[in-house]
Amino acid sequence: MEEVFQDVIIKNSDDYIINMGPQHPSTHGVLRFELCLKGEIVKYIIPHCGYIHRGIEKMCEKDTYQQIIHLTDRFDYLSAHINNEAVSIAVENALEVEVPERVKYIRTIIAELNRIASHQLWWCAFGMDLGALTTFFYGLRDRERILDIFEESFGSRLIHSVNCPGGLMYDIHPNFQQKIKDFIKYFRKVLPEYDQLLTDNVIFQVRSKGMGVMSKADAISYGVTGPCGRGSGFSCDVRKNHPYSAYSKVDFKEILFTEGDTFARYKVRIEEMWESMKILEQLVDNIPEGNYTAKMKPIIKLPVGEFFQRVETARGELGVFIVSDGNKTPLRVKFRTPNFSNLFIINKIASGNKIADLVAISGSLDLVIPDIDR
Amino acid sequence: MNFSIYDFTSFTKWIDNALNSSMSPGWAILVELVIIGIVFIAFYAVIGLYLVLAERKVCALIQNRLGPNRVGPIGMFQTIADLIKLLMKELIEIKHADKFLFNLAPFIVIIASFMAIAALPFAKGLHAIDLNIGIFYLFAVSSLGVIGILLSGWSSNSKYSLIGAIRSGAQVVSYELSVGLALLSVVIFSGTMQLSGIVESQANGWWIIKGHIPAIISFLIFLVASTAETNRGPFDLAEAESELTAGFHTEYSGIKFAFFFLAEYMNMFIVAAIAATVFLGGWMPFHIQGWEGMNNVMDYIPPFIWFFGKTIFVILVMMWFKWTFPRLRIDQLLTLEWKYLLPINLMNIVLIAFIVLMGWYIK
Repeated sequence: MEEVFQDVIIKNSDDYIINMGPQHPSTHGVLRFELCLKGEIVKYIIPHCGYIHRGIEKMCEKDTYQQIIHLTDRFDYLSAHINNEAVSIAVENALEVEVPERVKYIRTIIAELNRIASHQLWWCAFGMDLGALTTFFYGLRDRERILDIFEESFGSRLIHSVNCPGGLMYDIHPNFQQKIKDFIKYFRKVLPEYDQLLTDNVIFQVRSKGMGVMSKADAISYGVTGPCGRGSGFSCDVRKNHPYSAYSKVDFKEILFTEGDTFARYKVRIEEMWESMKILEQLVDNIPEGNYTAKMKPIIKLPVGEFFQRVETARGELGVFIVSDGNKTPLRVKFRTPNFSNLFIINKIASGNKIADLVAISGSLDLVIPDIDR
Repeated sequence: MNFSIYDFTSFTKWIDNALNSSMSPGWAILVELVIIGIVFIAFYAVIGLYLVLAERKVCALIQNRLGPNRVGPIGMFQTIADLIKLLMKELIEIKHADKFLFNLAPFIVIIASFMAIAALPFAKGLHAIDLNIGIFYLFAVSSLGVIGILLSGWSSNSKYSLIGAIRSGAQVVSYELSVGLALLSVVIFSGTMQLSGIVESQANGWWIIKGHIPAIISFLIFLVASTAETNRGPFDLAEAESELTAGFHTEYSGIKFAFFFLAEYMNMFIVAAIAATVFLGGWMPFHIQGWEGMNNVMDYIPPFIWFFGKTIFVILVMMWFKWTFPRLRIDQLLTLEWKYLLPINLMNIVLIAFIVLMGWYIK
């Protein structure tokens, strides 16, 4: 463990410092990297976050549990549904409510669709980071289909907040299952195009293989989860290790790569899209009949105590920790967001490389800045 | 060969004689310079604007979208509208910038590309100046542009611009060698540096066909190296939008930015035109020895259509790989040049010299 503390940064007054962000095309939001350069080589990186800090955890303390759901959308907006699910399950477990099977199935289906959409957008942006501009349009073209499914069923595309403690706000649209089957049929045909355009490109492989190597020990000690951690061989898939919703009923692989470089993280996400499609195929025809929500009281009061639930978002492990004093609002809510942990390994894995590699490596971490700042 | 139907030599001679007969030789030259200047400015503007449109349409085609389609039919006037917008934009003054060099840089870039057009033969007898060292001149002039890029990066007082400019400097200095050596291969084949002479030497077949594999290797190296020299993707490290925001022209606004932008597209046109002239026969129609019927038909297609057709073909190839490849890193870029292209090129030159010595090419 001692090597973890070796990357403490000592600044010199004559360092050539350059600010990357808060407005910069490849930090994907208002993140600021303070870089020290030596020519093209980055000596160290200090990430500065907080430019989009909205105090969501504090806001949760004055909101009821139904209202908190709508705040959780706003941190990792690309896996908004999965964030909602975390709070919903935490509240349900605290109340010891048994939600209908139908809800569990639908939640899992939406979560996997959300994961595919998120990985598609990441693929778009990652290509852009490396200078391949066409990826952006290929990815968005396919992502549009998923958002259309959401729009038809839930009336909203990105942050639909369809979860609520006890179940869902409304039932699915009659076309829901057919549309998903159409999408899977389409996307199975289209996903190999991603490989043809980017993965198999020589320039891409030279730029990504062996770059930003993260060892398994580093991943564990920094708490790097999700595809980034799994790219280093860290088995951290919550869906597999601590199944929730309908994940215990489906058969899927946890994608693990051991190289730990940018290319491994890239491959994990591409393979996860295939796995998500497998999960969808298993669930979509078997949604049980039943109520779309459990019977809940209009005002939810959690019993006194501490409640924790973790889920696997598209970026890693999201933990929700609720401390309740028996009121209708929580006493304290703490979110363990995946990107916050994933960000701070950047100095360890990207320093000593070129600026272009820093952009590629930070792209491969798939940072969503509001998720870091909350 | 019968090129007389499209020979512009008599036309230009006639203008020259008419001017000389009506005024003193000094004035005649002045008037000729003004005419050529006006023609080239108009040509430059039209080509520049429509290359921007072409690039947007081509990239839209590659990216599954429509591209500009609002201003005029199929977006024909989009770039003109963009130009008007850029003309009306405020020119932002940068604090602590070297004002003189900051304002000078875009002009150097644009003048360098202007000077290169002068030597291009568009058709028989249709060129501004036919230097006997035409290739050498093009080669010298096209590398002037990097001075403007270096100046703009240095004078902007911005770290991003500086990094972009230094990258561009390293890149152009390296790839200049490959461009020069690739062109030299055709000079060896044709035995002249005069561009009109090189085109005439391809009357019975273009050098890429006549020169066998070594000429094809030279052509490919030229294509790669000239893309790098014009700072276009996948070698657009000087701009590197995702790393340096806009590289050397980050701090420029309005029409000064438009100058850099236009110059980039003109440079692309120029290198494509050089490739077309040197390797693909320039304005020379496609001829196969012995097939007189076909050769005569080919002769009826005007030479400037041949010239622009070939140039547009090369431009399309360059656009194609810009929009499908990721960007290289600076060290990989220099490795590609110094470890791969340059040795291959030097061996190729030796091979070509040997082939020419033995007479193993189609004469």
